[in-house]
Amino acid sequence: MLYNSPYDWYYDFTVERDYDRCIRCLACVTQCSYEATRYDEERDLVYTLDDHCVGCHRCDAFCPTDCITVRPTERNVRPNNNWSPVHVKALYKQASTGAIIVTGMGNNKPFKNYWDHIVLDACQVTNPSIDPLREPMELRTYLGRKPDNINAIDPRAKASLKTTLGPQLILEVPVMFTAMSYGSINYYVCESLARAAVEVGTYWNTGEGGLPRSLYQYGHRTIVQCASGRFGVSPEYLNAGAAIEIKIGQGAKPGIGGHLPGNKVLKRISETRMIPEGSDALSPAPHHDIYSIEDLRQLIYALKEATRYEKPVAVKIAAVHNSAAIASGIVRAGADIVVLDGFRGGTGAAPKVIRDNVGIPIELAIAAVDQRLREEGIRNHAALVAAGGFRDSSDVIKAIALGADAVYIGTPALMTMGCTLCMQCPTGKCAWGITTNDPKLMKRVNPDIGAERAANLLKAWAHEIQEMLGLMGINAIESLRGNRDRLRGVGLEDWELEILGIKPAGA
Amino acid sequence: MKVVYPREDFCVQCYLCQVACVVEHSQSKNVINAYFRENLRFTERCSVYAEGPVSFSLMCRHCTEPECLEACKNGTLYRDEEGRVLVNPEKCVGCWMCIMACPYGVIKRRQLETRRIAHKCDLCPESEIPACVRACPNGALLFEDRGERNDEVRARW
Repeated sequence: MLYNSPYDWYYDFTVERDYDRCIRCLACVTQCSYEATRYDEERDLVYTLDDHCVGCHRCDAFCPTDCITVRPTERNVRPNNNWSPVHVKALYKQASTGAIIVTGMGNNKPFKNYWDHIVLDACQVTNPSIDPLREPMELRTYLGRKPDNINAIDPRAKASLKTTLGPQLILEVPVMFTAMSYGSINYYVCESLARAAVEVGTYWNTGEGGLPRSLYQYGHRTIVQCASGRFGVSPEYLNAGAAIEIKIGQGAKPGIGGHLPGNKVLKRISETRMIPEGSDALSPAPHHDIYSIEDLRQLIYALKEATRYEKPVAVKIAAVHNSAAIASGIVRAGADIVVLDGFRGGTGAAPKVIRDNVGIPIELAIAAVDQRLREEGIRNHAALVAAGGFRDSSDVIKAIALGADAVYIGTPALMTMGCTLCMQCPTGKCAWGITTNDPKLMKRVNPDIGAERAANLLKAWAHEIQEMLGLMGINAIESLRGNRDRLRGVGLEDWELEILGIKPAGA
Repeated sequence: MKVVYPREDFCVQCYLCQVACVVEHSQSKNVINAYFRENLRFTERCSVYAEGPVSFSLMCRHCTEPECLEACKNGTLYRDEEGRVLVNPEKCVGCWMCIMACPYGVIKRRQLETRRIAHKCDLCPESEIPACVRACPNGALLFEDRGERNDEVRARW
C-alpha cells in the first residue's frame, strides 16, 4: 500500500538483520507470533515488517547467530515537550479506530518510585549484625487474624495455648504469586506457579478464572479468588484452596471490571469458569451484592460458613485515596487478610489511561493503612499484604518495614518465564507463550522449566532478604514488620516523609 | 541405550536443534563458518515437523531391530558396540533402500562432491549429550534410556 495512515507510519520498533550472519534457519520466522518476521522463499530471504513488530524480543532471543537487533525506531514523531510520542501515537491510533486503547502490564508513566528514595539501616560497632549463613534466620510468616492477647495454660509445661487462633496461611518466604486468572495466563503458566509455590512454601492465587480440576492437587498452596464475575466459584472450589480472596479492585484498573474476550474462552477455560464456550467473560465493575461494608461482611461470612471457618478470607482492594478508611472497614467486616494493590500493579488487559492515571503508589498506601489500623488498635486483626510493582527483594523488605506482612508479585513471576514487558497481553498473541491460550504458543512455557525458574526467583529473594535482615541485626522477619525506624528517606519532601512515617537520612 | 525422545507438547518449532546438529558435525564448530564456509546448510540430521499447533523434532530412533539395516545391501549401515545405528560413508552407494525401509523417515540424503550418500543421526559421538538436546530451549528433546525397544515410541504418538 502506498499510503500509510500516520498511526501505521510511526511504528515503534525497527528490526535490523545482519545478512552476513543470517543462516536462514527460520527460528525468528516461526517464533514471531505477530507476523512481523517473514520468509521469502523465492529470494531465500528473511525480512521483517517493522510496523507489525511489538518489540517482544522473541526473535533476537532465538537467533543462533545473533544477527538480529530490535531497536526503537529512529523515525519518530516530531519532538515536542508537551506532546510525547506516546501521546501522539495514541491519538493517531484512536483517530483510526475510535476505540479505547487497551494494554497490559503495569503503570508505564515515570511517576516517582518511593522504593528508590528509601534506604535501609545497618549495624555498626555498637549493635552486632548477624551472619545468616552461620545463624538461624526466620522468614516464616503467618497471615491471618492474630488474637489481642495470648493465654498460655502452663508456660513450664509443653507450650500449649488456651487462646484459639484463627486460620493462618504459613509462608516460608514472605512473597506470594498474585492473582492471575486461568484464561488470562494459560494452563502451563498456572501449573508453573502452583508447583513453584509448593516447592518454596508460599502461595499462588487463581485470580478470578477458577481452578482447573487438574490443579486441585496443589490446593494446599492455592489462594482461590472470588471476584465480581464469580467465575468458577462453587463450594468445591472454595474448599479446594488454602484461603479465599474477595477481589474488590485491582491496582492496574481500580474501579473497573475485567473482560476476557470470547475467543480466549476455549473448552477447558469455559469448563473451569462455568460459562459457555466462546462467550465473553465480563466481570462487572462492582460486586453487585456489595455496596457497603455491611454487604462485604455478609459475603465474608458467607464464604467463612461455606468453608466451616477453616480458611482465612482476604479482601483485595486497589490502593486509592481513601484506602486507610476502607481497609479499616474491611478489617471490621471480618477479613483476616487485607490486600492492597498499588497503581504500578500489572494486568492482562486494561484501558491505558486507567492503568496510567488511577490509584496511588503502594508505598504510601502501605504506610497509611498500617498507621490507621495501628491507631485504631485493630492492626492485629488482619494481615496486610502489599502488591503492585515489586521489582526486587529490597522493595519487599522495605514494604515489610513499612508495615506489610507479605507481598504479592505478578510481573516478576511472569518474567521468570520469559516475559519481556511488551504489553501485548490483551492481544492473546504473546510470543513467549504466557498470556495466550493458542495451543501453538502456550506450549512455549514448559511447566518443568517455568516452575523451576519461578521457584529460583523466590529462593534468590529469600537469600537476599536474609542477608538484609542479618545486616540490620534482626534474626526474624517478624521483628522487622512495621519497624520504620530502620528506614530513612533520601530526596523526599516533608509531607512524603510524614505519610511514610520515616525520618530523613541523617536524622 | 540412551536415545533422543521428542516431546511434541513442548516443541516450539524454533529449528535450533537443526542448527546445533549442523554446527556439531562441522569442522569449525562455529555456526557462521559451518553455514558460510563449509556450506553445511540443509545437512542437519534431525527434522522439525510442524502442522498447526503440533510440532516435534525427529531423528533416528536407533531401533532395536532396525529395518534400514536389514534393507542395506552392502553393509553400509551397521550397529556399533553401544547400539547406535550408523552409516559408513565409504561404502554407501546411494541406493536409498534404507530410506525406503525406515518407518520414521529419518534417513536423509547428503550431497558429497562426487556422489550422494545416506545421512542420519549418530547421537553425537564427540559429546556426552547430543547437540540437539543441549540446544533445545524448552526441554522438548530428552536424552534418556527408557529401558524398552527404542522404536516403541511410535506407539505413543
